[in-house]
Amino acid sequence: MAMGSGLLLIAILLMMTILGWPLLESGRFLALFSTDWNPQGQSYGILPMVMGSLRITLLALLFSLPMSISAACLVELLAPRPLRRLLLITIRFMAGIPTVVYGFVAVFLLVPLMREYIVKGSGFSILTASLVLAVLIAPTMIIFFVNGMQSVPRSYCAAVDSLGARPMQKLVYLLLPQAYPTFLVGIVLGLGRAMGDTLISLMLAGNSVAMPDSIAESGRTLTGHIALVIAADFSSMEFTTIFVCGLTLSLFTIFLVLSIRLLGHFGADRVIKVEAPGKLAHE
Amino acid sequence: MTKLLRLMLAALFLGACATFTYAGDLDSFKGKSGILKIAGGTAHIPVMKEAAKMINEAHPDIRITIAGGGSGVGIKQAGEGLIDIGNAGRKATDKEIGTYGLVMHRWAIDGVGVVVNPKNPVTELTTEQLQGIFSGKIVNWKELGGEDRAINLYDRDAASGTRSVFWKKGLKKVEVSPKANVVPSNGAMKTAISGDPYSIGFVSVGHIDDSATPVTLDGVAPTLDNVRNGSFTVSRGIYSITKGDAEGLAKLFIEFLFSPTGQELVQAKGFVAVK
Repeated sequence: MAMGSGLLLIAILLMMTILGWPLLESGRFLALFSTDWNPQGQSYGILPMVMGSLRITLLALLFSLPMSISAACLVELLAPRPLRRLLLITIRFMAGIPTVVYGFVAVFLLVPLMREYIVKGSGFSILTASLVLAVLIAPTMIIFFVNGMQSVPRSYCAAVDSLGARPMQKLVYLLLPQAYPTFLVGIVLGLGRAMGDTLISLMLAGNSVAMPDSIAESGRTLTGHIALVIAADFSSMEFTTIFVCGLTLSLFTIFLVLSIRLLGHFGADRVIKVEAPGKLAHE
Repeated sequence: MTKLLRLMLAALFLGACATFTYAGDLDSFKGKSGILKIAGGTAHIPVMKEAAKMINEAHPDIRITIAGGGSGVGIKQAGEGLIDIGNAGRKATDKEIGTYGLVMHRWAIDGVGVVVNPKNPVTELTTEQLQGIFSGKIVNWKELGGEDRAINLYDRDAASGTRSVFWKKGLKKVEVSPKANVVPSNGAMKTAISGDPYSIGFVSVGHIDDSATPVTLDGVAPTLDNVRNGSFTVSRGIYSITKGDAEGLAKLFIEFLFSPTGQELVQAKGFVAVK
């Protein structure tokens, strides 16, 4: 099964390379990473979209991560017991809300707010999109974080409790370090979701093709770009760039996931060290 | 609950009535069967799909395939005989007509009007001002007699047919500022314009309603009437093209587009009917 999906991924990457080949072959590969997108003038630079995708994704993660970690701590440990259940139910419900609902609500509520008070301009900006994306990816991350903390062995918790640790101490010295690998998985999933999401950025980021000078300006993501250009003539060069965009997007996602995994390997040593004496104690 | 049910039934009944108003227009397809292949311009697709659905429901033996591809593809494939009807949002060039012996059927007209938010006091522009706005030279509404706020530009992607006619005939091929926001459809354009008091954009004339105020261009308002009588020039014909005179199913299909039902469909999808 895993093998099959791995092969499928490789097949998709290959297909995109082959279909995007005319553009890569004609010696304009480097020109692809210029800042100028103007199909009428034969220039197909996708760098503004690459930057747009990266900015929106990282910004969304920046907003969402502290929010998700604190929400997870609240649900797992810090909130009063009846409230915990209610919070968890709400979060699970949030995970199921379709993207388009967030986008649509934001167009009517968040965009005017941004336009009048925060970013000026049209209100459609990288910042607007990343704020909504942060809300979108939070439930996924929170659920993973909570699961991670729940899977810390009961005996450890009992030991820490018997030492008279306060909830905050338990969190900082036991739960967070132990659940670290699961946290990384949650972040990877959140990041993937933010990077791959099309609708939020298409509806809220403004989609301008100029290289954005600041996060308060309109910008376009790779996914939004694909959605906009897909209506173009099938035999045109413009259409071919879609496959290069897809390839770039996949490579970026793979790169991000790999680097986070690598981070996990460094951290994993610490987790095992704590775990080893625990196992000894059981024997 | 019963009230709701009754209301739904009433709506259903009315809907059924509307569908069969001109059912006679479908009679010419009686007893016919075969495959009709259509491809080309994407602006045509909503009308084509609806027409195909109507024909198919009444006469299931007729199969109609509809593909996109753009005006160029429609003309080329119709000329090479790969498809029966090629759709194009522009006239075929003399060269194309000469090479392939094409016949054009213009069954609708599409106008593209400039729109602003209903709160905006600026409702009249000259072509020169329009060019200034969209190329990014005029950046504040103050310069046009409006509020002291930056102009928010809304553009469509280069693949849009609405955009191509607006760019050619409205902007006279002035390059649009890359800073413009880009929206994916006529509907999204309207939502953006109605929500943003400092916005300017353009939509197909059929889409103009209370949520966006049409801007008079060089003294001519973008209305269906002005498009029909030719005084509003930012418009284009919606063509279906056949190689030689239309024959068989293709002929019947094109005749259906010109029939009262077909022309009503044309208006329902936001075009100006030709009959």
